[in-house]
Amino acid sequence: MDTFMSLFLVVVTSALINNVVLSQFLGLCPFLGVSKQLKTASGMGVAVMLVITVSSALCSLLYEFVLVPFELTYLNTIVFILVIAALVQMTEMVIKKFSKPLYESLGVFLPLITTNCAVLGVALTNVQNENDLLTSVLTGFGTALGFFIAIVLMSGIREKIAHNDIPKAFQGMPQALLAACLMSIAFYGFKVL
Amino acid sequence: MKKYWEPFFGGLIKNNPTFVLLLGMCPTLAVTSNAVNGFSMGLSTTAVLLMSNVIISLLRKVIPDGVRIPSYIVIVASLVSMVQLLLQAYVPAVYEALGIYIPLIVVNCIILGRAEAYANRNTVGLSFFDGLGMGLGFTAALTAIGLVRELLGNFSVFGISFAGVMPEWIQPISLFVMAPGAFLTLAFLIAAFNKIRTKKKLPVKREVGCNGHCADCSSPSPDCKPQ
Repeated sequence: MDTFMSLFLVVVTSALINNVVLSQFLGLCPFLGVSKQLKTASGMGVAVMLVITVSSALCSLLYEFVLVPFELTYLNTIVFILVIAALVQMTEMVIKKFSKPLYESLGVFLPLITTNCAVLGVALTNVQNENDLLTSVLTGFGTALGFFIAIVLMSGIREKIAHNDIPKAFQGMPQALLAACLMSIAFYGFKVL
Repeated sequence: MKKYWEPFFGGLIKNNPTFVLLLGMCPTLAVTSNAVNGFSMGLSTTAVLLMSNVIISLLRKVIPDGVRIPSYIVIVASLVSMVQLLLQAYVPAVYEALGIYIPLIVVNCIILGRAEAYANRNTVGLSFFDGLGMGLGFTAALTAIGLVRELLGNFSVFGISFAGVMPEWIQPISLFVMAPGAFLTLAFLIAAFNKIRTKKKLPVKREVGCNGHCADCSSPSPDCKPQ
């Protein structure tokens, strides 16, 4: 029961308390770029969730069984980014082959994920904190969940404020950043609790 | 010589990667809780950008078109690993302060964006000055953001505190050194840039990167025109 509890805490911590976007500033490109509509934002969120969870498992395995035994740990950045790039390509091909509707809803987002720094960020954090395989996967899943929550909330807010009358200089990015600032203050509450 | 000034000053002010092109948001917000961190992050990124621009420009006729993005990523990742090891060896304080954001230079949109939009189709000399200009523009932006946040949030400039000379009833706004302050500062700085650019009748870009597709393009490419 204790182990279950601690694993559950790993997910909650990485999803809400250390939210990947709002307190660690990873994955801001899609967070600000693909959050204009709720539908596309949730598509992006699900695609990121898939890739982060699988890639954190793969990277953790590779690190433990290839890089450490051969004393190649200084190569981790190169290896991880290549694994992520290949994984994204493969996921795209597999989804395209097996499920046409899923490809149509997720496929367009997949190529964008290679350069999403949240994916590489999770893999590197796992290595830095010396997490075991299960913790790595759960950290990955929790982080991705946090990303999903953040991008969906953000797109909801942006849909509401899209046509508001605001000063010209603040239209677009500054407006989105101010919304993100308020969300970040709200998420700060989880830390203080 | 004159032709080299254009990409250099273009990157520094006119096409400033942070305030105008809206690229590379993650390090911009993450490491700028003080000016020194922002400055060192900017310089590390400049070093990588400079070398990657030169190497990619040298190899632009060798790399096949179909695999160019993976090749760029491998080149950039090797350079980043080098910079990371050098920082760890010679300036451990900076290495500690920037932490995970050093390896994450690999996925900084500015580097892949410049490789794809500039170094890929220009000579080595031009690419060198483009990298230098963009890198220094990024450094200047990060230092500026760090300076504002440090000034308001901690009453210090480049780590030198002046809290002692402030009257007691003025307290620093610690929100600015925390996560929300990063969003707030950047929002106001971009809005100020937008205001100046609208006055000068220059185009203002409203969206980050190219709808989140970092590697795809940065401003000069035809399919991502500033609105």
